[in-house]
Amino acid sequence: MDAVLNALVLIGNYIVVPGLAYGSQLALGALGVTMIYAVLRFSNFGHGEIMSFGTMLVIMATFAMQDVGISISPLPTALLALPVGILGAVGLCLLIDRYVYKFYRQQRASPVIYLIVSIGTMFIIGGLIRFIIGPKDRNFADGERFIMKASAFKANTGLAEGLAIKTAQGVTVLTTFVVVGLVFWFLNYTRTGKSMRAFADNEDLALLSGIDPDRVVRITWIITAVLATIAGTLYGLDKSYKPLVYMHLLLPIFASAIVGGVGNPLGAIAGGFVIAFSELAITFAYKKVAAYLIGDGVLGDGLLQLLSTDYKFAVSFMILVIVLLVKPTGIFSGKTL
Amino acid sequence: MTQHPNSPATGPKSTAQMAPAQRNILLFTGMASLLVMVGVLQSWNVAFSILNMCLISAIMALGVNIQWGYAGLFNVGVMGFAALGGLAGVVISMPPVDAAWAAGGLGVVMGLATGIVTLVLGMMVWRRGQSWGRWRYAATGAIVVIGYILMRSLADPSVDAIEAVDPARTGYLGGLGLPIILSWLVGGIFAAAAAWVVGKISLGLRADYLAIATLGISEIIIYVLKFEDWLSRGVKNVTGLPRPVPYEIDLQANSWFIAFADHLNLPLVDASSLVVKICYALLFTVVLLAVLWLSETALRSPWGRMMRAIRDNETAANAMGKNVTKQHLLVFVLGSAVIGVAGAMMVTLDGQFTPTSYQPLRFTFLIWVMVIAGGSGNNWGAVLGGFLIWFFWIEAEPIGLWLMDVVTSGLPPTHWLRLHLLESAAHTRLMTMGVILLLVLRFSPRGLIPESRR
Repeated sequence: MDAVLNALVLIGNYIVVPGLAYGSQLALGALGVTMIYAVLRFSNFGHGEIMSFGTMLVIMATFAMQDVGISISPLPTALLALPVGILGAVGLCLLIDRYVYKFYRQQRASPVIYLIVSIGTMFIIGGLIRFIIGPKDRNFADGERFIMKASAFKANTGLAEGLAIKTAQGVTVLTTFVVVGLVFWFLNYTRTGKSMRAFADNEDLALLSGIDPDRVVRITWIITAVLATIAGTLYGLDKSYKPLVYMHLLLPIFASAIVGGVGNPLGAIAGGFVIAFSELAITFAYKKVAAYLIGDGVLGDGLLQLLSTDYKFAVSFMILVIVLLVKPTGIFSGKTL
Repeated sequence: MTQHPNSPATGPKSTAQMAPAQRNILLFTGMASLLVMVGVLQSWNVAFSILNMCLISAIMALGVNIQWGYAGLFNVGVMGFAALGGLAGVVISMPPVDAAWAAGGLGVVMGLATGIVTLVLGMMVWRRGQSWGRWRYAATGAIVVIGYILMRSLADPSVDAIEAVDPARTGYLGGLGLPIILSWLVGGIFAAAAAWVVGKISLGLRADYLAIATLGISEIIIYVLKFEDWLSRGVKNVTGLPRPVPYEIDLQANSWFIAFADHLNLPLVDASSLVVKICYALLFTVVLLAVLWLSETALRSPWGRMMRAIRDNETAANAMGKNVTKQHLLVFVLGSAVIGVAGAMMVTLDGQFTPTSYQPLRFTFLIWVMVIAGGSGNNWGAVLGGFLIWFFWIEAEPIGLWLMDVVTSGLPPTHWLRLHLLESAAHTRLMTMGVILLLVLRFSPRGLIPESRR
């Protein structure tokens, strides 16, 4: 019996807990991508850099607060600094929209042009970030490191394997829960949210019924910037902040959005978890689990790892390919908000 | 609906005052004089190394132009296709490592064969099984999983054995030991094969999907090249690729060449490296002219007219009975092949294959800026863009550094802001590329040499 429990704890420690946290971060990111897609109808390649930009501001505010001595220990100070990052990212998004995207909206340019333009913004934001904070790794997580330590878990349960939960992971899941709840409440129960959904559903009809398109677009950017900053900060707290990483996050985020059905918020969240859990489950070495369940070395002395962790980003791509081949519209058929 | 900036409905009217031919000649003369200026002011060696990379960039830009300019396809994975071309350089030219082949060659080949058989079987079952309901997923899934496990169990021990063979110097299978020029062709074929797979999956769906799929495949190609040591030595790099042109050392030992350098009044070392670079430049020019001639001919042919028709109005072209997806696939494969050729040429020029040097900014987006700034849809524009943007890419860092130095010259030399700005000058490239891309798209979407109306 203990063997089975130990195997379960192993899976919990290395797949379930990190998967929930990583999935939440991806879900928030994908939610932003999907909102932009639903309202502005293009895939925003600049999203990763917006996440990075917001996180950078949060980090700077965190460092400033740490200098002054403000802290909300045991929680990380970054949570307190979040509004600074959000404000900055919102400002950035609105500026970019005003001076870059608005022109193409008036021209009714094709989605491909938006795509290229979004890559241009990606560079500019990326350059700005490297200019301000540099390309180095930054660790800004403070406060209590663990909600539950592996050693405490072992002592309490008497099992050989430990289950650890980092504060950042707990904070991530909780924050995501609250934020996603708020977004859905906004979309479903407020007048503005409903007008956004109407606009996403049928632009011309929405215009006819007197919905102000500029306002809808502005609010979409604001929500996207908020989601991006929160997602980026949570990711940075959980792993660590490095400007380059956020560009590599684009692929899993796009994959999450497409798996769920682009333009569908519920799908984006489901997609985030699908991608996160598959990534962890496929790159996990099951050697120890197998040892507990069927005895040591029965299946040879390999790691029993389907794919080396070097290829974790390949997992998002494989899932993307499968979805494109089997059901291009995604799990929840997309294009509604 | 896909609308290209050059399609008549949205493109601004051509208002060139000068006759286009005259203007183009002027632009190319300007480019040439920039290079000559570097030759005179810095050194001819520098000028020719810039020229060589300009030629390669121009070929890459032609490849992207085939995809974007002819067909409006957005390829975000240029980097991956260029890297595949580079891999061809290794696979064709390096001498085979016999010990590694003996240690695990058979296992790797069998593993690869199993992988291919699995894919083919999986696809066949998937195709045949349209009426099987849920069993279709189960059967395909089972074949893929069993095939994958079989492949790994066949290949893994061999891979370990290969990588254990003298890891400091080899640790990989090596190549075929053929002349490296052959790899230019093979690089094209490698890239075309990868493009066919990606295109087959993502073309015919929304335009974004192709962009995201190519972004994905290019990252994965780079990961494979970085981590599969048995194939490409991974991050240990492959150096000392054989050359298609003479070595400097041999030239310097040649009595005829010593007399020649004397005659030119140049130091022997400079003269030899200059001659080597000129040899490369000649080879690359031949390839560039060949690709350019082929692309121009294709563009003028009925096929080219059809491609433009598809680009400008997919629905109408479809209604005329043109198979849009099939043509897109063809043009995507062709363009990627050209990129692969250029990738192989670049590895030939460098004489080494370094997977870590493949960065999306340098290999994907820079090429894009070349095409868009040069003039999408116009082959001459792509060539000019390749030359011009590469030139400024090389010179951007010194210019940025100089600019920061001037801006901060009022501050004391150890002031934190001055130090920070000088240190950040290296990142100006990223921002400059973004700004150029946005400005060109906004104010001159047809580029320096616009597509001519036919």
